[in-house]
Amino acid sequence: MSELNCLTMAQARDGLAKGDFTSVELTQAHIAALEASRELNAFVTETPEQALEAAKASDARRVSSNSGGGEAGSMEGLPIAIKDLFCTEGVLTTASSHILDGFTPQYESTVTANLWRAGAGMLGKTNLDEFAMGSATVTSYYGPTVNPWRRSGDDKKLVPGGSSGGSAAAVAARAALGATGTDTGGSIRQPASFCGIVGIKPTYGRCSRWGIVAFASSLDQAGPMTRTVRDGAIMLGAMAGHDARDSTSADREVPDFEAALEKGVKGLKVGIPEEYQMKGMSPELLALWDQGKAWLTAAGAEMVPVSLPHTKYALPTYYIVAPAEASSNLARYDGVRYGLREEGETLQEMYENTRGEGFGAEVTRRVLIGTYVLSAGYYDAYYLKAQKLRTLISRDFREAFDKVDVLLTPTAPSPAFAIGEKMDDPIAMYLNDVFTVPASLAGLPAASIPAGLSGDGLPLGLQLITHPFDEETMFRAARAVEDAAAFNAEPTLMAGDGS
Amino acid sequence: MPLDKATVARIATLARIRVPEEELESLAAEMDKIIGWVEQLDEVTTDDVPPMASVVDVELPWRDDEVTDGDCRDKVLANAPEKVEGFFAVSKVLE
Repeated sequence: MSELNCLTMAQARDGLAKGDFTSVELTQAHIAALEASRELNAFVTETPEQALEAAKASDARRVSSNSGGGEAGSMEGLPIAIKDLFCTEGVLTTASSHILDGFTPQYESTVTANLWRAGAGMLGKTNLDEFAMGSATVTSYYGPTVNPWRRSGDDKKLVPGGSSGGSAAAVAARAALGATGTDTGGSIRQPASFCGIVGIKPTYGRCSRWGIVAFASSLDQAGPMTRTVRDGAIMLGAMAGHDARDSTSADREVPDFEAALEKGVKGLKVGIPEEYQMKGMSPELLALWDQGKAWLTAAGAEMVPVSLPHTKYALPTYYIVAPAEASSNLARYDGVRYGLREEGETLQEMYENTRGEGFGAEVTRRVLIGTYVLSAGYYDAYYLKAQKLRTLISRDFREAFDKVDVLLTPTAPSPAFAIGEKMDDPIAMYLNDVFTVPASLAGLPAASIPAGLSGDGLPLGLQLITHPFDEETMFRAARAVEDAAAFNAEPTLMAGDGS
Repeated sequence: MPLDKATVARIATLARIRVPEEELESLAAEMDKIIGWVEQLDEVTTDDVPPMASVVDVELPWRDDEVTDGDCRDKVLANAPEKVEGFFAVSKVLE
């Protein structure tokens, strides 16, 4: 039998159901893999005891369900990793920020509670850009996460993308069957592309935001990061659902995403947005995109050129809206209720010292930008203007979706870059999200699927975007791309594969 | 108007973040570049465009105005850097 940590989630689920191995065995294999991959710095906190407790409880439930005592959950016995942005009861939750030092939530986020109810167990909390602000997992107070992939013939350490870089690296390195991510402007899809895995940002409102440390509330959305599209469907099904505690959570049935997978793309109209073909795009990325079109055409879909005229304004719009919302969400870190406190002569000084010490450079920059664009006299010029642009960007998508069922684009403008690159120019870093931000601004479901390798051997992803709450069509198209791409390249550093 | 040192210092006070004097200059330059970059939105005429209020087409739900939570003082205080007799504690505010 192959190493248990190299199974897909669906294989592990089926193996557990058949009794080929126990959840304890599966979990032990993952704990060993996680320990073997510590050089990646994918985890802020490891929770092996908790994972084994969950596995034992799951094995006991399975014995009882096999003798007619209730059904096994959809993720029964599967060990996963959780981005350290989800509050987990009794387990340190840091958002990779110094300001949340020692913060131990007294409650469980809805998404993680849903996963535990489905039978999954937690291996640990994964590293991220501080407060999910970044595209490379380099702004973490706990140091950068390393991408398990290397360029061929080059040992330089690369970024895993971000902000869900720890989750992406852990899943790519086979240290977890899957992991949660959150996506505000591309934080699930871009690291998925950089690490050669599947990343899914569902429709805004599909997963509850309750108990997720807030960055930009009108954009934040949780989703799964897995090695296959099927695993993404299994995991999203467990994460999603209405929650009265999040007033923006959608009161809709969660479809059986896995059932949609093999419906094929015959007759689907696939939109190719002309504005995504940007100046200076690398020929290999263009070739991969063309390849994606050819795969879907061969599978029976029809390619339709579409126009999303306001695409070029998406990033600047995002960099008004997201910092504005962040500046107000991060006002809660005041040294009074949780985390770090740096004393001062007065209360005001205590606030300033705490926040000055507790926030890193990128978070400070964004909170200041947000404060500026919301400040008296500037609100209309910046924030209101950006919200109007958001209407136009959203309208572009709606008009395109009058003609097509799904859009196909690249996920990121480049493969993974080296740690330390793009660090001195914030805007160069922001451009990582040029293809992912528009769908975020419009609240649309979008997935990144590993589709090929760059010339120097690094994974590249293709993105599929659909209508609000039409994740099923996204999964159908994603499955078709996955099937045609037959992406089976493996990262340089893969835990526990014996190589 | 370029974003200068004094403006950044004022914004930092509004945001309650201590920024060391020696970092104000470079921060002002970075922020000025970002603000200049987002100002490309001015190219678009938006007079008749309503600002987006909700990203998905859902009505915010109503619920009965009743207490659904509470009675968990110790949990609320569990992470406080300082607490005194069931309250959050801070240094003296009034003289």
